[in-house]
Amino acid sequence: MELVMPPKKKRSVYKLIRNIIIALVIIAIYIWTFVTIDIRWDRVFSEHTINSISRVIPQLFSPDWGAFQKVMGLMWETLLMAYTGTLMAAILAIPFGFFAASNMVRSKLLNGLSKGVLNGIRAFPELVLALMFVAAVGPRPFAGVLAIAIGSIGMLGKLYSEVIESIDMNVVEALQANGANKLQVLFYGVIPQIIPEFLSYAIYRFEIDVRASTILGIIGAGGIGTLITISIANRKWDEVGMILLVIIVVVTIIDYTSARIRKRIV
Amino acid sequence: MTKPNVSGVVSSNVKLKLTVIFAIIVGVYIYTSWATDSTPIDIIRGWGGFQRILTDLFPPNWNYIPQVWEKLLETIQMAIIATTFAAIVSIPIFLLSASNLFPSSWIYQPVRFIMNVLRTIPDILLAIIFVGIFGVGVFPGIIALFIFSLGLLAKLMYETIEAIDMNPLDAIRASGGNTFQVIWFAVMPQVLPQFVSFSLYVFEVNVRASTVLGFVGAGGIGLLLQQQINRFAYPRVMTIIIVIFIAVVVIDFISNKIRERIV
Repeated sequence: MELVMPPKKKRSVYKLIRNIIIALVIIAIYIWTFVTIDIRWDRVFSEHTINSISRVIPQLFSPDWGAFQKVMGLMWETLLMAYTGTLMAAILAIPFGFFAASNMVRSKLLNGLSKGVLNGIRAFPELVLALMFVAAVGPRPFAGVLAIAIGSIGMLGKLYSEVIESIDMNVVEALQANGANKLQVLFYGVIPQIIPEFLSYAIYRFEIDVRASTILGIIGAGGIGTLITISIANRKWDEVGMILLVIIVVVTIIDYTSARIRKRIV
Repeated sequence: MTKPNVSGVVSSNVKLKLTVIFAIIVGVYIYTSWATDSTPIDIIRGWGGFQRILTDLFPPNWNYIPQVWEKLLETIQMAIIATTFAAIVSIPIFLLSASNLFPSSWIYQPVRFIMNVLRTIPDILLAIIFVGIFGVGVFPGIIALFIFSLGLLAKLMYETIEAIDMNPLDAIRASGGNTFQVIWFAVMPQVLPQFVSFSLYVFEVNVRASTVLGFVGAGGIGLLLQQQINRFAYPRVMTIIIVIFIAVVVIDFISNKIRERIV
């Protein structure tokens, strides 16, 4: 019996050479990384480390319930910061979203400009923004709120513009054909189509911002992070354990609730 | 002739509901912005501060670039190492947490639970803890990035695996393949492109994250940023920010191009 084998793939020399070059580049990157990285192994595996492991780990896992109220108070402030920042961003991102959407604003220049700004914002780590705002308005929650508001515009604006670009344009054309003016088209044709998705993305961004604002306090921008720095400075690892526990529980509850709300909206 | 009972496109019930929801959203905002001193009035009051910072930041101090460059390379190296180890270690984890490969919920539920908990801890918080254990340096930063990426990668991958075509798996099982062969010949070929793509994505996330780990002493360019801010050397701060910005944009761009080719 003659076996019919599947046809063999052609192997071109070009592809072979290309793959070898890619492999060499990757290997070179790894060699460079592992040779030049400055890890102080003597310090990593020193007696000091062993001592700290035996001191830190058990304390982390036995949270200090005495600090519970203080931690919850600051976690509450963190949530307020996240909410204020997200809502500001959710509103400020709307014009960016419209200007970036090519079916709403028919100008390549404005589309590109708006997309450029949004991409630029997304390249900044939130903590760097927060550092700038702390320098500008002083170490208080306001700085954190601003960092979150500005940082969230990048992602929300991009998602908004994608939502707007995917709407059903037939509705818009039907309204225009019936003589509706721009404002009427916007209110009866566009907005009803985009509200659920906009809300859903804003809620999703709130999840991310809660996570982000837990750490803003490390550089003095308010919220629970402030306490983290203090507890670490005093080597109160059981307090850090409590903070970790609260962050994990609160973030999980918010993620879960937000996912359920988003499922109902869209 | 009776008038047909035409209700609007949006029923009044829905309108009422929407109005109530928006009223709540605005009401909560008024409270939260008041409680955090972040009302629009505060923004107007803070305007002078923004202007002062902007004028202080310019022009950037370009002579500072060589020092920044060195730390930038360290930052990227941290991200490379953390991503590589996270990618390797995540393989058994995401296989175990895919419910279509191991249908017994006794296996995948606990694994998923641990990964979910890991993802809720911000990476910089992990870095603080590891700095407390290992002392200042790049090592605690790498460990923090590694743990955070592990959770992220495992989640992205098990969701991908749960969406794969199950027919090749059944075929290999029916012809007598064991679990390892099923995974190697039926699962891996289907998810390998996504695996590489997600790993690159995690690398992007790690580059961004590692730029700020230095704030807590966990290595990288963030250390310089913190130092220069404390010295009020704003032109230098601006140089660092520009370098971070360019590095992130370039790495995202390259990584995106590669990912587009792969998937």
